Amino acid sequence: MTFREKNGYSTKLNGNSAASHQRSLKPKKPGWEYAESPESKDHIIINSKYDLFINGKAVKTGKYFSTVNPANEEKLSEIAYASAGDVDKAVNAAEKAYRNTWSRLSPKERAKYIFRIARIMQEKARELAVIESMDGGKPIKESKSVDIPLAIAHFFYYAGWADKLKFAFPGRQFSSIGVVGQIIPWNFPLLMAAWKIAPALACGNTVVIKSAETTPLTLYKLAEIIQEAGVPDGVVNIISGAGDTGAAIVNNPKVKKIAFTGSTEVGKLIMRSIAGTDKKVTLELGGKAANIIFEDAPIDQAVEGIVNGIYFNQGHVCCAGSRLLVQESIKNTVIKKLKYRLNSLRLGDPLDKNTDIGAINSRQQLDKITELVESGIEEGCTIYQPECKLPSKGYWFKPTFFTNVAQSNRIAGEEIFGPVLSVLTFRTPKEAIEKANNTQYGLSAGIWSDKGSKIFKMVNQVKAGVIWANTYNKFNPASPFGGYKESGFGREGGIQGLKEYLNF
Amino acid sequence: MNNSVFNSLETFNINVDEIGVKERASSLASRSIKKNSKLEAIKLAVSMIDLTTLEGKDSEGKVTALCRKAIRPIEDNDIPGVAAVCVYPNMVKTAKSALQGSNVKVASVATSFPSGQSPLKLKTEEVKKTVSYGADEIDMVISRGEFLEGNYQFVFDEIRAVKEACGDAHLKVILETGELETFDNVRKASIIAMFAGADFIKTSTGKVQPAATLPVTLVMLEAIRDYYNETGIKIGMKPAGGIRTTKDAISYLCLVKETLGDKWLTPDLFRLGASTLLNDLLMQYKKQKTGFYQSADYFTND
Repeated sequence: MTFREKNGYSTKLNGNSAASHQRSLKPKKPGWEYAESPESKDHIIINSKYDLFINGKAVKTGKYFSTVNPANEEKLSEIAYASAGDVDKAVNAAEKAYRNTWSRLSPKERAKYIFRIARIMQEKARELAVIESMDGGKPIKESKSVDIPLAIAHFFYYAGWADKLKFAFPGRQFSSIGVVGQIIPWNFPLLMAAWKIAPALACGNTVVIKSAETTPLTLYKLAEIIQEAGVPDGVVNIISGAGDTGAAIVNNPKVKKIAFTGSTEVGKLIMRSIAGTDKKVTLELGGKAANIIFEDAPIDQAVEGIVNGIYFNQGHVCCAGSRLLVQESIKNTVIKKLKYRLNSLRLGDPLDKNTDIGAINSRQQLDKITELVESGIEEGCTIYQPECKLPSKGYWFKPTFFTNVAQSNRIAGEEIFGPVLSVLTFRTPKEAIEKANNTQYGLSAGIWSDKGSKIFKMVNQVKAGVIWANTYNKFNPASPFGGYKESGFGREGGIQGLKEYLNF
Repeated sequence: MNNSVFNSLETFNINVDEIGVKERASSLASRSIKKNSKLEAIKLAVSMIDLTTLEGKDSEGKVTALCRKAIRPIEDNDIPGVAAVCVYPNMVKTAKSALQGSNVKVASVATSFPSGQSPLKLKTEEVKKTVSYGADEIDMVISRGEFLEGNYQFVFDEIRAVKEACGDAHLKVILETGELETFDNVRKASIIAMFAGADFIKTSTGKVQPAATLPVTLVMLEAIRDYYNETGIKIGMKPAGGIRTTKDAISYLCLVKETLGDKWLTPDLFRLGASTLLNDLLMQYKKQKTGFYQSADYFTND
């Protein structure tokens, strides 16, 4: 077959030049850049200081710490550091509210308050999104289109269940639990709060919830919303602090249930400290998900799925598809496309509407990512990073992937919780399943194939709580989420999520 | 056997996931283009338009007026002329003389546009005639019936024959994606057309709904990217039909920029087949410059 001359037409086009209306026609070098498009922060109110939210009021404490914007290291606010005594106060308030008001309200009344929270959040969605991005470093387009709408959807969803619990569990006797202690991570602050608060309230429990150290702001915004919604005092208590604050919640005898999302390490500590008590517990811990691409996959969409799987929220996602398992026959194609795609990712100011990759959440996390990436290089894996300039201030890490990785390398086994992908290969479906399951985790997985029968065969054998087929990172309040093995136990979302907040 | 269409189809994975494509297209369409980059995008889009009139009632007067507008859309030296004027074969001579001395090309739809339902010999004759009238570019339609019957070799051979008939003229191959329906088909047809000799691939005739959409354009751009990676040859892309607003046009530019890169952002490799789009671009340009919207009365309807 004969091919045309490379782009032969352009010479012909330009050859015709004696134009009477010759003007600044075609740009000399093709191209066009997006201008900066920052989301406005004029309407955002962040107080210079936030006290604890206990029994419906702001409560001062002895110690405060600062929360910074990871994109520029500027201090955003001073945050109360709850002591063990503060935790007792909060638990007592929750206990009293449970006894005197919340457990006595009709389920329909409970629903009313949860609906109100959801609606006020909708009204303030933009403000919440901007603060979420400022405090956590995530791109505004993600907080606007994922974090906040999903958080609201959870409140709406569980508000609907509040007066229909007997239909969720027909023929069974059940009651609320009492005070639940909830500890949430820094990767999706408001969303994780919604996952935990909404079902707890719908089932008739009261809540003491602790935000993560680096991202406390949106929870205190939620406290304002809860006040505005007129939720009875003490039903939701919001506190902030560090590990010892969390430990005080876990060890308080009046707390009847612990719901924790965070690292496997802390999850193990929690299990140890509640051993021998009658506390209920659900843990949503780490992951090292396999994203499995077969040769018959829709490849361009699979590449999008890889990018979405690992670079969404800078990889600070417990269900991130951090291990790419690609069939050997298409390895080169996929890697070539992935490299190309990485170069089109826009890294920078999280508040710019066109930013795809934001800032790393904290200095500590950046150090951890850097350390693991260095181990990958030392162990002989091949690193790829696109050419992009990192801002001079703040915590940043380029989207990265490693090829030439074996299962035994640290980067393939440990949860990095950053924008770092390990590319492994397989030859047959059997080998893919073996490799996918060869991990201490089991939170999520992705499978890409145009062949339905193959997908169903795979999902039955891959041991993961959530498996996506031909997509990745899709969430819905009606769909339960949770892990196998060291990724934890218990489910959040859906009817299954209600079960965890009831005694049967 | 080198001419076999099956060789070309074997080279590429032809699976496309509909939901994934739509998701990606809509995420690219939500890029926020403001201020100076909007102004630049508008100018770029104007320079990429194939200003089109394809009606039974087209007359010399109408086509001449359209050509004037194509050369100088507005009294503002920052706004370039459009890339080409696209007319039926009977109007090519008129357009050619009206565009004399300008950079604007004459494109013409041949091969029994829009259905393509006539013998190949007539089609190649039509193409030769149209080129002899002075058309710089030929927009052909593929035989969708044959394609849907699985007769890919026929489609491939037909495109080759038309390409030969084109001589020096540039060939755009219209897939009529609205009739192919699935993204798998669109990708397959794109690959066949590129291997068979298309200089551009084009979504639609504008006579069938749906015409150009962002997802269908994305599928074609990705096929172009794969073909380029395989052969080193740059094929152009032309979405046509249904692109009416500046916002639409900018979304297409974002799609091209992030799928094929800056090097495709030139009228040599990207065109927008449209008629009403031009005035909306001009209106938005004025708005961007002055801060005020002007009445539609201030923009000519040619």
